[in-house]
Amino acid sequence: MALPSALHVVEHNAVVFRRLWRGNIMVSFFTPLFFLAAMGIGLGSLVNRSSGGVNGVPYLDYLAPGLMAAAAMQTAAVEAMYPILNRIMWDRIYDAMLATPVAVRDLVFGEVAWFAVRMVIVTAAFWVVMTLFRIGHLPESLLAVPAAALTGLAFATPVMAFTATRRNDNGFAAILRFVITPLYLLGGAFFPISQLPLVLQWVAWATPLAHGVALCRGVVLANIGPGEAALHLLVLVVYILAGLALAWILLLRRLSK
Amino acid sequence: MTDSSPSDLIVARGLTKRFGDLVAVDGIDFTVAGGEAFGFLGPNGAGKTSTMRMIGGVSPVTAGVLTIFGLDPAQHGAQIRARLGVVPQADTLDLELTVRENLIIYARYFDLPWSEGRKRADELLEFMQLKERSKDKVDDLSGGMKRRLTIARGLINQPDLLLLDEPTTGLDPQARHLVWDRLYRLKQRGVTLVLTTHYMDEAEQLCDRLVVMDKARIAAEGSPRELIDRYSTREVLELRFPIDEQPNLDGKLKDVAERVEVLADRVLVYTSDGDAAVAAINRHGIRPESSLVRRSTLEDVFLRLTGRRLIE
Ligand SMILES: Nc1ncnc2c1ncn2[C@@H]1O[C@H](COP(=O)(O)OP(=O)(O)OP(=O)(O)O)[C@@H](O)[C@H]1O
Ligand SMILES: [Mg+2]
Repeated sequence: MALPSALHVVEHNAVVFRRLWRGNIMVSFFTPLFFLAAMGIGLGSLVNRSSGGVNGVPYLDYLAPGLMAAAAMQTAAVEAMYPILNRIMWDRIYDAMLATPVAVRDLVFGEVAWFAVRMVIVTAAFWVVMTLFRIGHLPESLLAVPAAALTGLAFATPVMAFTATRRNDNGFAAILRFVITPLYLLGGAFFPISQLPLVLQWVAWATPLAHGVALCRGVVLANIGPGEAALHLLVLVVYILAGLALAWILLLRRLSK
Repeated sequence: MTDSSPSDLIVARGLTKRFGDLVAVDGIDFTVAGGEAFGFLGPNGAGKTSTMRMIGGVSPVTAGVLTIFGLDPAQHGAQIRARLGVVPQADTLDLELTVRENLIIYARYFDLPWSEGRKRADELLEFMQLKERSKDKVDDLSGGMKRRLTIARGLINQPDLLLLDEPTTGLDPQARHLVWDRLYRLKQRGVTLVLTTHYMDEAEQLCDRLVVMDKARIAAEGSPRELIDRYSTREVLELRFPIDEQPNLDGKLKDVAERVEVLADRVLVYTSDGDAAVAAINRHGIRPESSLVRRSTLEDVFLRLTGRRLIE
């Protein structure tokens, strides 16, 4: 059966991943496990004792779904940097692919489809850990997997567009240090955004993370209305599509000289 | 300008490639017929790779006309590339995969079934003498092996037209002869070869017809034999002198030499009769450190056409 070329790009990434998946999934599983254990036993009990949790929810229940979205963001950002730049200019895998019927369009859609696969793996592992901690209502909490995966994608496509403009990896550490890490810590996963100064609140809500966190938390705690959920979803989808369009344009410019 | 016929696989007319202000390919004309081995011979920066990338359907044509298999690469890029094999100047192998995986996954890009990809991969590994290295990571291969693997990869879709950008640059003589032998066999099977090189011996060995490219333009076109006949003499007398002791030869070889080229490290006397030229040198009391009579090569053609040597 003839498959669209974009799927062959996914296959390529899957073959590469086959070598790494064991270690990769261990990390996706144990990182949230240790994190939630430490937070639940240590910090969580402190918060709960002094204030009865956040917004009336035990701290761990509040934290876990937000952390799930933030973890997806972190993985997505890194995956859209080094491996993509490697394929553009170090190993030049894209040049090899483009000498075949594969076109730049197929590269872009293939990579985005692969990001989606990776995001589902990471967030599903997180969900398993979260559920082991008896956080969230089943089965609604399962919706946190696509919600967090979309959060990851909302970072993956714009970061991929950024990567398409890079001549070296110097910019990556800066993005991780000055965008991703601050968002991770301040973007709503650990404490409500309303605790931030007003200006920073605006900044936070302009990023996909705040919306992804709100959506994940809403579906896990089953306390979000459909209108609010749709709004968060819309923001994520806009980021994904805008990033995809930009990545496409920039990669076309970069790769077909 | 030659007329094109339906059997022509590549037709280029006024083909031009610009990068900003830089003109990499300046309005060149050429035609490649099915089944022939066609070469671009030229020094660094002549525009060979730029031309190959346009033929490969990955680099947009700036101006002029280019058709491959009668199709316009701007419209039918994927269709053209499905029938092309490409060996780029710089290897673009997947260092994260094994030798065999590189071929199998590449077959997928052409939409070949996995089973067919595995079968062809094994055949090609045999053909390029890489079978023992099938399971190794590409990173562990020598430069020559990587080159052979890149050629194998370019053959995975059984292309009608194989584009080779400097197939043997950087290889030792043994590896180079293996590649030449394999390319020769492909040609016998009817695969059309288009290659670039800056090795005159490679061009002479492999090409039925070639163009000499220099500074983005085509300086001459023909078979290796024709070019040598047209632009050089039958024989060349090479003289070497001790450093800084190049004698004044002005006019002394007028009777026996058509042309004399004085290079930094030697003097080339172009003549139809090498032995007569040696006799003339002796008669004039010129005593070179060494002298050698050889037949003319494409290197001499290039020197004649451009006033420069092919590999500086
Ligand atoms: N992507 C590019 N952007 C800008 N300039 C380029 C690009 N590719 C090639 N050039 C320029 O075009 C000219 C021709 O380069 P090209 O690579 O076609 O030469 P070449 O004959 O293949 O040389 P070599 O033998 O060194 O491989 C050079 O001046 C080169 O710097
Ligand atoms: Mg080149």
